[in-house]
Amino acid sequence: MTDASDGLTMVDAINRALHEAMAEDDTTAVMGQDVGVNGGVFRVTEGLIDDYGVARVIDTPLAESGIVGLAIGMAMNGARPIAEMQFSGFSYYALAQIENHAARIRWRTRGAHTVPLVIRMPYGAGVRALEHHSESREVFYGHMPGLKTVIPATPARAHALLHAAIRDPDPVIFMEPKAVYRQMREPIADDAEPAQIGTSRVVRRGKDLTLVSYGAMLHRALEAAETLAAEDIDIEVIDIETIAPLDAETIAKSVGQTGRLLIVNEAPPSYGAAGEIAMRVIEQEFYALRVPIRRVCGWDVHVPFFAREQTYLPSVDRIRGAARAMMAD
Amino acid sequence: MTAYLSWPDPKFEPHEALAPDGTLLEDDEIDIGTLEQIYKTMLCARRFDERLLKLQRQGALGTFAPIKGQEAAQIGAAACLREDDWLVPSFRETGAALWRGADMADLLVTLAGWNAGNDLPEGARTLPDTVPVASQLPIAAGIAHAGRLRGEDAIVMACFGDGATSEGDFHEALNFAGVLEAPVVFLCQNNGWAISTPRARQTASQTLAQKAHAYGIPAAQVDGNDALAVMQVTQEAVALARDKGQPAMIEALTYRMEVHTTADDPTRYRDEGEVEEWQDRDPIERVRKLLVARSQLDDAMQEALEEEIRDRIDAAWKEAKDRISRLEETPGTAMFDHIFAEPTAPLRRQRKEFSDQEEAAND
Repeated sequence: MTDASDGLTMVDAINRALHEAMAEDDTTAVMGQDVGVNGGVFRVTEGLIDDYGVARVIDTPLAESGIVGLAIGMAMNGARPIAEMQFSGFSYYALAQIENHAARIRWRTRGAHTVPLVIRMPYGAGVRALEHHSESREVFYGHMPGLKTVIPATPARAHALLHAAIRDPDPVIFMEPKAVYRQMREPIADDAEPAQIGTSRVVRRGKDLTLVSYGAMLHRALEAAETLAAEDIDIEVIDIETIAPLDAETIAKSVGQTGRLLIVNEAPPSYGAAGEIAMRVIEQEFYALRVPIRRVCGWDVHVPFFAREQTYLPSVDRIRGAARAMMAD
Repeated sequence: MTAYLSWPDPKFEPHEALAPDGTLLEDDEIDIGTLEQIYKTMLCARRFDERLLKLQRQGALGTFAPIKGQEAAQIGAAACLREDDWLVPSFRETGAALWRGADMADLLVTLAGWNAGNDLPEGARTLPDTVPVASQLPIAAGIAHAGRLRGEDAIVMACFGDGATSEGDFHEALNFAGVLEAPVVFLCQNNGWAISTPRARQTASQTLAQKAHAYGIPAAQVDGNDALAVMQVTQEAVALARDKGQPAMIEALTYRMEVHTTADDPTRYRDEGEVEEWQDRDPIERVRKLLVARSQLDDAMQEALEEEIRDRIDAAWKEAKDRISRLEETPGTAMFDHIFAEPTAPLRRQRKEFSDQEEAAND
């Protein structure tokens, strides 16, 4: 592992959180395809099998529904499973287990059984991958009652949020923006505290416009905000981190001050997180809005093969264009 | 010992026809002409694979799954299909696709990251790659059943690997094909590894072929590096499917000589000695030896063949590069194509928004 003083990549940070969780609680287990001997296809689970053995670090057969079903059963019987879907694009095989059981067992058994389960999955475009390796389908999970869905944007937040997800008494979908996996480094203190699931985070203060994003697009949002400062547009940037349950208060409070809301994410716009965020703000701060809410998202299409994936993704230019237009409105 | 429970007792002897030294194991009448064609396609597929790997390492292509070592398993099987039969691949069937007439330039354009490489002729019966493991298999049963409904005698060959046999879709597909009598040949290329998971850790079953028996479907194991044996077994399965609507499964025992995909590093999980052992069982070499022994091939012919293949690949890459340069000039609005038969109102609006922004950016 990289020395913490150098700063950790998101891969290193998640790996460290996994090592810490495995060391803290010997009912914690990791399961998935290639997570053991191979250390995961992105090396996120590197070294775990050497330290904790094959009973707790399970190289499973190739079956996503089986992996999640197994993990649900383990969670019901006193273990703390952390399942990996190799790519979010392959997690759909497990949707039935997640919707039918992970999200419902507490409710169905009136609390007699619970599912303290984390399902990790890399998601999102921008790494020149094959078909099914670039989608952003967080609303599949955000839409399900009984499920929490978390998306960290930076290494330190990934570390803190994964710890929170592992401690959570309910199932958490933990989506990792793979475009950020090795894009940046952040130092993480030895005594770093777990984050709080269900709270949004103001990452840049500003008074003219509230720019809300998460995952890999947060960095484009921040870049847009920094460069627009030169045009005297002062932007507040919020990283929502938790898709569900959404912390609308933090966003609404900001919009109450700026009067402008721009939402950026890479999922297709229709029925997406941007719509939900906008609605929650309308419910709370409609009269504070000085201009119509805008969103810069992907498009209602399949992510093109990699030569054109950047065409699909929200660009910094598009974000800046939307912000400027809102200031001119 | 168990009193009431019985253990599985699979009795599969992998069928072999051609020894690694190129000699025939039985005094069969063989179709040397077809074997010669298979040889040429195997060699072409190997050289194409090598070129893809080189281009990928240079950054010209994206991630792909090499087929090295599996040429006989997939080309020997595909050679038993008629033109109107279907080939439903996973993502490691470049060899089978080439046998079926796939255009190398198309494949290159796709691997360079352009959807346009998948511009197939309408109704094409060699489908593009399926990435989500095993998901193509129930679809193969559906294609086969619909063919029967329409009175065709075309059959479907569905390709997958050892890892796919763990997915629910594999089991559902075999079960459906069995119940519906859908004419599908399920071709499993057991190459020993599902990324880092060895065959022994994929399933506690002794063989993969025996799984078909659970669904009332006949099955065979075959030496997948033996093109002749693969052809013989596949011919039987194809005839059963075509004449009787009976699906069958073939487990071709082969080996992934290369990386899982170019994003993979097998030195982390497998012993290089294993790769070397399989080197001696190279599927192309043994057919070459047979052809030489039968005076169908000599050094001069081999050299000419290598040159012809090299020229074809060079020409395909040149064409692909030309097409890619032209594609780079096309507007980004192409991503809105082929979502529906008729673009919906939201898509038309988004397309316009996109192209307005693109124009503004170019001003």
